[in-house]
Amino acid sequence: MSQMDLPPYATTGQRIWHYAFYVICGLIFFFLIAPILVIIPLSFNAENFFTFTPKMLALDPEGYSLKHYQEFFTSNAWQHALWNSVKIAPAATLLAVGLGTLAAVGLSQEHVPFRRAIMAIMISPMIVPLIISAAGMYFFYSRIGLQGTYLGVVLAHAALGIPFVIITVTATLVGFDKSLTRASASLGANPVTTFFKVQMPLILPGVVSGGLFAFITSFDEVVVVLFVGSANQQTLPWQMFTGLREQISPTILAVATILVVISIGLLTAVEILRRRSEKMRGMSPG
Amino acid sequence: MTGTSDGFVVFDRVQKSYDGETLVVKDLNLSIGKGEFLTMLGPSGSGKTTCLMMLAGFETATHGDILLDGKPINNIPPHKRGIGMVFQNYALFPHMTVAENLAFPLEVRKIGRADREAKVQRALEMVQMGAFGGRRPAQLSGGQQQRIALARALVFEPELVLMDEPLGALDKQLREHMQFEITRLAHNLGITTVYVTHDQTEALTMSDRVAVFNDGRIQQLARPDELYEKPVNSFVAQFIGENNTLLGRVKEINGTALVELDDGEVIDAIPVNVRNRGDRTLVSIRPERVEIDPKRLTPGAHLIHAEVLEFIYMGDIYRTRLRVAGNDDFVIKTRNAPDQRRLRPGEHIEIGWLPEDCRALDAP
Repeated sequence: MSQMDLPPYATTGQRIWHYAFYVICGLIFFFLIAPILVIIPLSFNAENFFTFTPKMLALDPEGYSLKHYQEFFTSNAWQHALWNSVKIAPAATLLAVGLGTLAAVGLSQEHVPFRRAIMAIMISPMIVPLIISAAGMYFFYSRIGLQGTYLGVVLAHAALGIPFVIITVTATLVGFDKSLTRASASLGANPVTTFFKVQMPLILPGVVSGGLFAFITSFDEVVVVLFVGSANQQTLPWQMFTGLREQISPTILAVATILVVISIGLLTAVEILRRRSEKMRGMSPG
Repeated sequence: MTGTSDGFVVFDRVQKSYDGETLVVKDLNLSIGKGEFLTMLGPSGSGKTTCLMMLAGFETATHGDILLDGKPINNIPPHKRGIGMVFQNYALFPHMTVAENLAFPLEVRKIGRADREAKVQRALEMVQMGAFGGRRPAQLSGGQQQRIALARALVFEPELVLMDEPLGALDKQLREHMQFEITRLAHNLGITTVYVTHDQTEALTMSDRVAVFNDGRIQQLARPDELYEKPVNSFVAQFIGENNTLLGRVKEINGTALVELDDGEVIDAIPVNVRNRGDRTLVSIRPERVEIDPKRLTPGAHLIHAEVLEFIYMGDIYRTRLRVAGNDDFVIKTRNAPDQRRLRPGEHIEIGWLPEDCRALDAP
């Protein structure tokens, strides 16, 4: 903050702008965070309402309960959805990380022909409207018998996650010193050893944050799974979506709160990793 | 195959082109003996680094053969060549400690743990870094990283080590110290070394032989003293050390050359690569071979009139700029001795040199 302090020679206009800047930043933060924060107290609502009851506003303990959480952990439908998500998201993430990293490493080599075009195609799932990808996948997967299978949902989610992995890994590769791979070769390591012992540890932070984005993409995704999956592959977001449409139960708020907590946990992990990688990069010579 | 085939490293009619049109390396023939310290010296873009990269295997020769110990290596990938290499930016692995960096080439060679540790320690001690095994590269200074890079290139006992401007990033004092240390190590271990640099002092002080590159060709391949004293063409004469040049035309040639300078003065010189009467020539004289005290000149020296333009005090030497035979950039160096005169700008003096220090080269 001390760097943001006003210099003694600031004009009145600069002073006004200085404080206005903080107000604008605060408003932006409020706009972004308020809708998320508001669901947290609501999820502890003792009634089946989506609004704050008078008892809640009076901070009466009777106005609060864990019944929606209990509902989430005991209802078959919710548990089925939870386990589907827990199965599908990691599988899709692993696939996206593996393929996305290979693609990024490959596309970072200058001799690859049409690298820009290939890159654009691989990243397209991020740009094309989801509903179009979803519809396309539906028709394609139906043809080859993948529609309504776990494998189909995993593949579809992996395709959505790959662009994130490619982008984060490519970004780390930009800072990667190519003479390190040459050094490794001159020391007698074959390309595979070089990849795992030299390149991979240095681009790992990019791989992990890409994987995290891929995981969250799959974990939060509702459109594609609606098309590609069947009732068996109903995931958490899908269940939330149907929950909203059909029963309007505050259980959704409990689930949302749990997801928010998981997201915060994952983002913290990313941040810690990023700091570690920065430290490591600061350590790289040149 | 020509008479060059008996070297430890042989370039046999090697050419390299990146775009299929212009040759970066044009018909390179070079034979490096076992245990020799050879430096490739040249301005940037002269093809010296490309040659080193072809030898390391990171570039492929467009034409010709590269032989290592008698065997062609064109089709051997870099990691199977067993050549140590020191990179310009050191290329130490930042995520490994110093000891892990050094153990890396031994691990990929499946050398046992105990043996590995002993070799790593020995290599570290060799570069006086024995206590630094647990550090990470970023915790070391540039000079220390340089030593580690050197130790890593030597730890697996290669017979050939390549160095790509390894001292470029160090300050002057450290560079001079490392020059000495690298040559000492290379000679003690009996390793063949190919060293690339654009710094001529480095080349002269470190090498057994120097190959001067320009325009994709070796201009001269010779011992440092021969290179400095007997440059074979005007590029080498001007690239190595400081050099005074006088332009003229060959008047007569038989054993020695009689050169008529552009201002009409006629001098004797050793013909190097001028052949015919009437050829344009560039006469080269080293600044330290010009004498300003007529009493010290041996008979037979050529005397010529000069006007002092500038006097620069440099501590150990005086550097004086003169106008000689129409050339305003004629420099002489005199030792800072008690009896040495300090010339004043505007003074008119007689200077002299021996005809054998005067070399008639091709005019560029």
